[in-house]
Amino acid sequence: MEIRSKEFKERSVFAIHDASLQQALGKARGGFVGKRAQQAAELPEFEQLREEAKNTKNEILANLDHYLERYEQAVVAAGGHVHWARDAEEARNIILDICKRVDAKTITKGKSMVSEEIGLNEALIEHGMEVVETDLGEYIIQLAHEPPSHIIAPAVHKTKDQVSDLFEAAHGGPRKTEVADLVNEARQVLRDKYFRADVGITGGNFLVAETGSSIIVTNEGNGDLTQTLAKVHIVTSGIERVVPTLDDATLFLRLLARSATGQETETYTTISTGPRHADDLDGPQEYHVVLVDNGRSKMLGGRFRDMLRCIRCGACMNHCPVYGAVGGHAYGWVYPGPMGSVLTPLIKGLDAAYDLPNACTLNGRCASVCPVKIPLPDLLRELRHMQHQQDITPVMQKRALNLWRFAATRPKLYHALEQVAARVLSGISRKGRIRRLPLASAWTDSRDLPAPAGRTFLELWQGKRGQK
Amino acid sequence: MNARVNAREAILNSVRSALKRGPLDDTQRAALDARIPQHTRPAQDEDLVARFMRKFESRAGTVERVTGFDAVPAAVEAYRLGKGLPARAAVGAALKDLPWPADFEMNHGAAGIAEILSVSPAIAGIAETGSLMLAAGPGSPTTHNFVPDDHVVVLEASRIVGHFEEAWTILRARAEGMPRATNIISGPSRTADVEQTIQLGAHGPRRVHVILVG
Ligand code: SF4
Repeated sequence: MEIRSKEFKERSVFAIHDASLQQALGKARGGFVGKRAQQAAELPEFEQLREEAKNTKNEILANLDHYLERYEQAVVAAGGHVHWARDAEEARNIILDICKRVDAKTITKGKSMVSEEIGLNEALIEHGMEVVETDLGEYIIQLAHEPPSHIIAPAVHKTKDQVSDLFEAAHGGPRKTEVADLVNEARQVLRDKYFRADVGITGGNFLVAETGSSIIVTNEGNGDLTQTLAKVHIVTSGIERVVPTLDDATLFLRLLARSATGQETETYTTISTGPRHADDLDGPQEYHVVLVDNGRSKMLGGRFRDMLRCIRCGACMNHCPVYGAVGGHAYGWVYPGPMGSVLTPLIKGLDAAYDLPNACTLNGRCASVCPVKIPLPDLLRELRHMQHQQDITPVMQKRALNLWRFAATRPKLYHALEQVAARVLSGISRKGRIRRLPLASAWTDSRDLPAPAGRTFLELWQGKRGQK
Repeated sequence: MNARVNAREAILNSVRSALKRGPLDDTQRAALDARIPQHTRPAQDEDLVARFMRKFESRAGTVERVTGFDAVPAAVEAYRLGKGLPARAAVGAALKDLPWPADFEMNHGAAGIAEILSVSPAIAGIAETGSLMLAAGPGSPTTHNFVPDDHVVVLEASRIVGHFEEAWTILRARAEGMPRATNIISGPSRTADVEQTIQLGAHGPRRVHVILVG
């Protein structure tokens, strides 16, 4: 997928003025946050589990090479194949080769963020294969030719009306308007695809070194139909998703559903171990895992190792005021919200995503809900620092900062300027709000700026002391 | 060496150089392999069967209790008639010796696209979340768990454990090793992908009914 993170500002402005998007985001906002809070409150051990999850992930990451090798041995022992991909292109080619070898015509897909990351669909379609996303949200955005806007609710930006339009156009009327009818229609259309599929591709929430299994967690059962009915099952996963044992996977499973969708568990947790056995009556004949690095091993070395603990639950974006205002597409690549603002510059380059680390108010809510305690605001601050050091901070911003530093280190000058600014801003305001401010239109185009009281805090303070 | 082998070595080397060390030695590896995870298990203070039933029902599943395996066919029959379904089903071969009615048509093979009812054996119930554990095999094809609209699962009450960790112990103890697919199922299929509205029966079964034996 082409990266468009450079357009963050333009896309945000667009998003804020998009009435349908704002309607959809408004509906989503409360639900995720409230349900997660309820689940966390109902499990007295929740905070304890977060701490254990953080420590366990850190132990795994410190021995990642060992667990990857053990995992590989176990997959092979179960009759599966492991492929290693340094980058997106290598991963695409591995999967293309498998699909071509089995002469794949129809490929079904369960939700996989890694497959988005490596731009898999485009590559398969380019080679004449039919690619069908089967997660309902993914299916909706595939029809809309859009990327996902959320890592667990990819079509969260779509209203029911928009889904009705898309389904009517794709399936041919009559137009359905009830959620139940829309879901049913997709169910019928996709059934046929599962049974026809040559290859089924899923992600992997966890890879278990103990058993050589991949684990996926879904509510719809689409991932299961995808991997059970296709002749070949391919799992795409980042190298950081390996865990030593089933018991370790359990620690993360207890946190994942609660943090992601605010449920005690998702409906289906599926542990897949190799291809169909000689006496099995169904299941794929081949089982492949593609382990994708794509920048992850580099992250392991430095200040961003913490980011590799991420279990892709989406809680950070659900609690982010910036994500809540602009939605996921503004971020311009695969991963939105706080985790995306860290991952995108690390995977795609600092200058490809300049605005993302800066589109953060450092309010800290993301870190306070992250199930593996990733210090997202600290990582974003670190990225800003790196941007500054690598001299990719925009010139205007640098000049403004330099000017501010010049004034701020000279208290007399600073107070004098403050007094002038307070009076000017107060003078141009109406009822305490400023509707338009030259040079700050990015702010005032979509909301009012509260006007200062006309006098600075220090002036008011000194006045008060004088009255005593 | 071909490119594939190179990629493997390159990634492992890159991991090691990020960790600022070479490959672990045998002693270090043995220590990691001997590690026994001791994670916190959420406390439970309820009868296992009662908790399993409460949790499973809270996720839109249904449960009925029968006294013995002999009562299972009648329970399936009552369920089938209650839903107005024809006298046929995909039935896991593990259950084929139960006293089924003579006119009940059974498919012990994989479920085809037209299959609307299935009956499967569970190898465990997990009280923690009210979940069923099913293991793929000749007696329990995975398609039975996902293709039909109505899924009836037979679970012996004595197979209900408290936590997931105990269910894994059951898997590890199997003589035939890990099943190809282990399905942990917590109620019917659902989606909330259209405006956060929960809708049952997204792709998998619309209804999951447990017949609890014992
Ligand atoms: S950074 Fe934390 S909160 Fe965000 S998706 Fe990853 S695990 Fe979830």
